[in-house]
Amino acid sequence: MGEEDYYLELCDRPVHFEKANPVNCVFFDEANKQVFAVRSGGATGVVVKGPDDRNPISFRMEDKGEVKCIKFSLENKILAVQRTSKTVVLPEKRSLKLLKSQNINVNWYMYCPEGAVILLSTTVLGNVLQPFYFRAGTMSKLPKFEIELPAVPKSVKLNLSERDIAMATIYGQLYVLFLRHHSRTSNSTGAEVVLYHLPREGACKKMHILKLNRTGKFALNVVDNLVVVHHQDTETSVIFDIKLRGEFDGTVTFHHPVLPARSIQPYQIPMAGPAPVTSQSPVPCKLYSSSWIVFQPDIIISASQGYLWNLQVKLQPIVNLLPDKGRLMDFLLQRKECKMVILSVCSQMLSESDRATLPVIATVFDKLNHEYKKYLDAEQSYTTALEAGQSRSSPLLKRPARTQAVIDQSDMYTHVLSVFTEKKDMSHKFVIAVLMEYIRSLNQFQITVQHYLHELVIKTLVQHNLFYMLHQFLQYHVLSDSKPLACLLLSLESFYPPAHQLSLDMLKRLSTANDEIVEVLLSKHQVLAALRFIRGIGGHDNISARKFLDAAKQTEDNMLFYTIFRFFEQRNQRLRGNPNFTPGEHCEEHVAFFKQVFGDQALMRPTTF
Amino acid sequence: MAAAAAGAGAGAAQEKQFPPALLSFFIYNPRFGPREGEEENKILFYHPNEVEKNEKIRNVGLCEAIVQFTRTFSPSKPAKSLHTQKNRQFFNEPEENFWMVMVVRNPIIEKQSKDGKPIVEYQEEELLDKVYSSVLQQCYSMYKLFNGTFLRAMEDGGVKLLKERLEKFFHRYLQTLHLQSCDLLDIFGGISFFPLDKMTYLKIQSFINRMEESLSIVKYTAFLYNDQLIWSGLEQDDMRILYKYLTTSLFPRHIEPELAGRDSPIRAEMPGNLQHYGRFLTGPLNLNDPEAKCRFPKIFVNTDDTYEALHLIVYKAMSAAVCFMIDASVQPTLDFCRRLDSIVGPQLTVLASDICEQFNINKRMSGSEKEPQFKFIYFNHMNLAEKSTIHMRKTPSVSLTSVHPDLMKILGDINSDFTRVDEDEEVIVKAMSDYWVVGKKSDQRELYVILNQKNANLIEVNEEVKKLCATQFNNIFFLD
Repeated sequence: MGEEDYYLELCDRPVHFEKANPVNCVFFDEANKQVFAVRSGGATGVVVKGPDDRNPISFRMEDKGEVKCIKFSLENKILAVQRTSKTVVLPEKRSLKLLKSQNINVNWYMYCPEGAVILLSTTVLGNVLQPFYFRAGTMSKLPKFEIELPAVPKSVKLNLSERDIAMATIYGQLYVLFLRHHSRTSNSTGAEVVLYHLPREGACKKMHILKLNRTGKFALNVVDNLVVVHHQDTETSVIFDIKLRGEFDGTVTFHHPVLPARSIQPYQIPMAGPAPVTSQSPVPCKLYSSSWIVFQPDIIISASQGYLWNLQVKLQPIVNLLPDKGRLMDFLLQRKECKMVILSVCSQMLSESDRATLPVIATVFDKLNHEYKKYLDAEQSYTTALEAGQSRSSPLLKRPARTQAVIDQSDMYTHVLSVFTEKKDMSHKFVIAVLMEYIRSLNQFQITVQHYLHELVIKTLVQHNLFYMLHQFLQYHVLSDSKPLACLLLSLESFYPPAHQLSLDMLKRLSTANDEIVEVLLSKHQVLAALRFIRGIGGHDNISARKFLDAAKQTEDNMLFYTIFRFFEQRNQRLRGNPNFTPGEHCEEHVAFFKQVFGDQALMRPTTF
Repeated sequence: MAAAAAGAGAGAAQEKQFPPALLSFFIYNPRFGPREGEEENKILFYHPNEVEKNEKIRNVGLCEAIVQFTRTFSPSKPAKSLHTQKNRQFFNEPEENFWMVMVVRNPIIEKQSKDGKPIVEYQEEELLDKVYSSVLQQCYSMYKLFNGTFLRAMEDGGVKLLKERLEKFFHRYLQTLHLQSCDLLDIFGGISFFPLDKMTYLKIQSFINRMEESLSIVKYTAFLYNDQLIWSGLEQDDMRILYKYLTTSLFPRHIEPELAGRDSPIRAEMPGNLQHYGRFLTGPLNLNDPEAKCRFPKIFVNTDDTYEALHLIVYKAMSAAVCFMIDASVQPTLDFCRRLDSIVGPQLTVLASDICEQFNINKRMSGSEKEPQFKFIYFNHMNLAEKSTIHMRKTPSVSLTSVHPDLMKILGDINSDFTRVDEDEEVIVKAMSDYWVVGKKSDQRELYVILNQKNANLIEVNEEVKKLCATQFNNIFFLD
């Protein structure tokens, strides 16, 4: 199995602590994610390490007997130590106040710091769970719910162990995960994980069932909204994504592992010790060891080796493990660090060796643009709300977060399409088909296509002399009108004469490019046409006479010059009551030319009243 | 003839009109029989064939002489036509030394003289040179589309093969020339494009690209809806003549079975396919018949350049027709046809109804149904786009116009004027009764409008045309 095949790994900068042994007790606090190494009951030192703080806290305390539990309050302000089952000691003198009490028979409890929810196991069987939700110093009781046990228990005793329950936030929602070792339906063997959705309001509801198809010892993690199920017997893990399409039976959705089971990527323990002395090679770490303890959401602790790792998902290997590109995109778009992987998938499916079919490419583009459009819409309504006068500080108004799943046109252009179109071995038919497919997809989601994509299409068509194709695209306005595009077309005129007409049409439709139209016509010596155009749109009082006379003179067509000259004389007459040009118009040269060709008497006389 | 007779009417009840008719049509190469006594060898094709040999030789010789003679005055542009009292001859040299000649009899008015004898009057000025020269050029283009160049036939099998091909092709083709109903549209040889919104157009693009990918042997594709072009993978000139063939010959021969009556024999032939409406217009009629022949017409494109021979597969579902062109060296099998049918049929059926739906929505939105009906012909030389509200739907036999032939002739005259100069122009003609004819040329575009307004003056006519341009052509650069 190559390294490319492992899709789960332990983080490369674990928290290292003194491993557990008879004189060193190790504790883990899930709320602060801190590991406490307590030597000799604290007398020879307590070292506290968290995942983020690289500076461990060290202190000593009196050895008052075996420590059962030790934790800091949030922000490490207060330390609490439990040495007997009924007392908790705060090393500094503090007073505690009972805020609220509930009287319930409890088998065991579980607290989820992320969700601020505590779960109490009640009833004899232990399968009725009572959640409480803490918020701003208050505690609210949520509706209790019953966990369906695999079979009707034979004896009336505690049947639900806290080992089989976990709580985690998946896609922003709190779930209670229940590891059911045997399916309730007799026809399917193997364990399953049942996900109960625990909303802040309303009743808890069974939503998803993850089919494990195997039995034995399992442990759960949640990483990047994926449920990871480790199986100790086979030393492999599988992942589930509840957002991927599953089989819905009307009440719950059944999911199968996204990918084939794989081991976590082998891990080398760097040899610790005084660095300069040791140059020993790293030692392979025993994975899925029975001394591993797993905490939510993504923590794996090996007390015997003295390591705390965060579990991570590697996306790149998944690309090759999930052949269905549509499903792969659905999967990747939900991952945090997905952008570069998605772009690499796009590049790959367009490559000569791994080329996907056009329907598949279309599906991928549609999925990307669906996500892109969602973001654009959110951004749009945010801007609209701001403009409507909603204050930026309003809690209801939040600028939409741009996740990595938003792959915009510039991303696609830079990382995928521009590279792809430059490949020499690509058939131009395929290149154009892909570009058109992307443009089709953008249009389908009503996303304005950026002009550089149109330019890419034009460039490709021009390179292969496919001018008639280009003409047809423009005819149906597939390549949207813009000044840059019109200019690009103008530049193509010498290779393809109709480009001139296409460009003028485009400038006309833009309706903001009248000056450009005049320039284009003048440059083609179509002076009369330019004048008629500007008159048609009512702009002839503001144009420079000199510019038109210059152009008319260049044609060496004296009658044309006469016509243009006369037009401006008449304009002068109309605007100023005098046909003569003012010095500011700099037309002396043209007046002289006119006189030379047609004689002084041909000049228009001022109308006298 | 009936159509023309109807147009004549009014004047004298005794008058009888005969429309222009094809007198003869021949193809020769002066190099093939340069010596005396061998003149017959020059003649590659002669219609009507019954004509006596010496007359054939005489006629060919005359044409040769005229061309040679006029060449001395204009070496680069020898004579294109010869006007005589009874007829007009048109000359065309489509390939070096290969001459095509078409002789058309002028229209005739037959009057009864007082003593009861018929007096025949030839109308010498009725025919427009440009119209019939274009028809002659089209004859060559159509021949070339299905047979390749003359030169290629010579290379492949000498004069014998060329003669065979010419005989086979023109024998049938000349019967389909309807010289009495040729007009301005024949000069343009334009293509009518189907108006479509961007999204539906992109869907069609996507469809074509997918089909070309799955049917990998397809080299080019063309897509039409309602006999109007939407997409051509072929180059413009090839598409122009293929379009002509499809819309004037192939499509009219295949009335849609959906439109045919329930008991019509066409309907009965339809294979029992409930999945889609797709069917082959060329190639196998019934895919369930294991003996079905998969013969497709062969066409030749890019003859100046790569010279490609292709099989033309035309497949249609409802109003949408696709032409798939595959390399002629690959012989399509029945299996291929079945596969094509199973892939293209369902998708094309869906696409066709999408286009129809979208087209109706756009029509409703733009309110084009309510617009005043102008009678006009528009043509753009750049993309060959043509639009006519004067012509009724073309039938295989005649193209019917809704205006008097005299007006059509004025249009042709204006067009000839436009051809003479390069500049933009505008011509307004007051025709008989209350008709006005306006011709406009702006850059590469030409527009002809026929207005019928009682007592309208020049200014009002000009305003009307402006109005038309503003509604119909507001998205192009068309000078007022």
